[in-house]
Amino acid sequence: MHPAFSVIFLTTLSGVGQGLFLALVTAQSYAAVGFIELHNPSAFFGIGSLIALLFLGAGLFASFFHLGHPERAWRSIARWRTSWLSREVIVLPLFMGVVFIYGVLHYFGWDPNVLGVSNPLQGQLSLLVGLVGTVICFALFVCTAMIYACIKFLQEWHTPLTVANYTLLGTASGFTLATAYAAIQAPHLTTLYAIWAVIITLAALVTRVWSLLRNRRIQYKSSLRTAVGISHSNIVQKSQGFMAGSFNTREFFHGAPRQVFLAIKWTFLVLVFPVPLLLLAAGMASSRAANVRGSRRSYRRDFATIGLSLFVMATETHRKKIWDLYGQVPAYMLFNGLFGHSQLHQAQPRTILHT
Amino acid sequence: MTQLALVIDLNVCVGCHACVTSCKQWNTSGPAGYMSDDNPYDKDPTGTFFNRVQTFEVGDYPNTETVHFPKSCLHCEDPPCVPVCPTGASYKRESDGIVLVDYDKCIGCKYCSWACPYGMREIDEHQKVMKKCTLCVDRIYDTSLPEAERKPACVMACPTNARLFGDVHDPESEVSLAIRERGGYPLMPEWGTKPANHYLPRRKTRITIHEDELIRADNPLKKERKQAPHTIEGPTLDDSTMW
Repeated sequence: MHPAFSVIFLTTLSGVGQGLFLALVTAQSYAAVGFIELHNPSAFFGIGSLIALLFLGAGLFASFFHLGHPERAWRSIARWRTSWLSREVIVLPLFMGVVFIYGVLHYFGWDPNVLGVSNPLQGQLSLLVGLVGTVICFALFVCTAMIYACIKFLQEWHTPLTVANYTLLGTASGFTLATAYAAIQAPHLTTLYAIWAVIITLAALVTRVWSLLRNRRIQYKSSLRTAVGISHSNIVQKSQGFMAGSFNTREFFHGAPRQVFLAIKWTFLVLVFPVPLLLLAAGMASSRAANVRGSRRSYRRDFATIGLSLFVMATETHRKKIWDLYGQVPAYMLFNGLFGHSQLHQAQPRTILHT
Repeated sequence: MTQLALVIDLNVCVGCHACVTSCKQWNTSGPAGYMSDDNPYDKDPTGTFFNRVQTFEVGDYPNTETVHFPKSCLHCEDPPCVPVCPTGASYKRESDGIVLVDYDKCIGCKYCSWACPYGMREIDEHQKVMKKCTLCVDRIYDTSLPEAERKPACVMACPTNARLFGDVHDPESEVSLAIRERGGYPLMPEWGTKPANHYLPRRKTRITIHEDELIRADNPLKKERKQAPHTIEGPTLDDSTMW
């Protein structure tokens, strides 16, 4: 498929925002039961929520650009009973609202004990809002992923692994951002976030490799024989019925050379998994050294640098991941471009059967 | 319940593209607005079409045959493009089973084109809405047209009568008979979309002709003065039927 960059921005940015929110709620839950100490929670959670909101807002903003008629975007909430796209359109602003409330509650310290005065739990109202937000956050991951996973004709996408990949990669990038954020705002939380980021990245590696293996062995239900209904082992398309391409050749064929397409898979695997893990390890070592030296400034600088490069890496590779996902050809695009005159209009003979 | 559909006879389609041009002419002139083109008379012409004719070569040389394959929206009975539409712009009519796009509601997100396993939907690059075959819904119910012309433009244009139009749910309709008696089949039945349009397969038509059917051994009608030369030994067809 030919990726619309706005859609890639939407899924990447909102994934980061969602992951960051999950990281914030994680820290608050830990603090609530006394696992960790928070020195300045209102600023940490308030500004953290604002950053998450900015990412989500940027994603929402980007999503308008792939629409032919952005001014009618409001109509897309209509078919939530059947369409995952419609559900995402509802859940994303809902989630942004909850993140906003979460941030405001923290920043202004409006945190009454809603579970009873005698309950020892700290920050009860914001914690409840955080839990509601967590549920909505996972619902949003499911909605985003199901937009792709529900298309049964695209067998590479039609698997629960798509949902797992979206959730884990979004969460991993969010926790990586949280590591960088904590390096500046709450240095004692960086190790916690870094460890979680490593764990989630490793989990994402597992599901990602799993889905790559699955797609390698995939058995396509359709063939050119069922597409045109002629039983012969040798059917060759001689004409697509046009000279310079159509919507199908533009939308469903990315047009990149096959080498580039295959390279993306490997650059992705290298950049999204080993590189961030190495950087995280380096960051933790450096922070330990800084602790020993007691130089707070270098401590911050090291972690901010590493966290930031990590984050850039994660974003970049998440983009690649989606590009990779888009790189799948609809197995059913048998009518177009697989054969014959594909060289006339940049539609490549597809990698369809190999990836 | 009515389900209007096309039945396309691959056996007689000659790939002339008359259905394509006729479709484009009718639908670009209609109340729903033009179907945009880019570089129509220049290098790399491209544009929006509801109907395209593709050509396939089947078999190994020299035993090959050319199959011209007109493709347009199949008006599935369980259309996968409809439930994914977030706005409800894509819908299937209860009354006649035609799958349509409401151009005033479409936001141009292209999701339905991903969900169509047949690649039959095309976005109009200038109007930014998704377009597809309407079975000439603005024509088939037009009472100002003579009864015989209330058919899709492609059906009217086909010089070899390769395109039949009718209700596939009516067992006695022309299209149902064609499907039943001439081996009509749907495309990619494995997905359960139940396309309403059907295709009639290529057929090999062979008749057995004996030599003495070509050479009238006994020239029974005596049209010519001379008797035809006897080239066949033994009794002939004429011997057994004419005496």
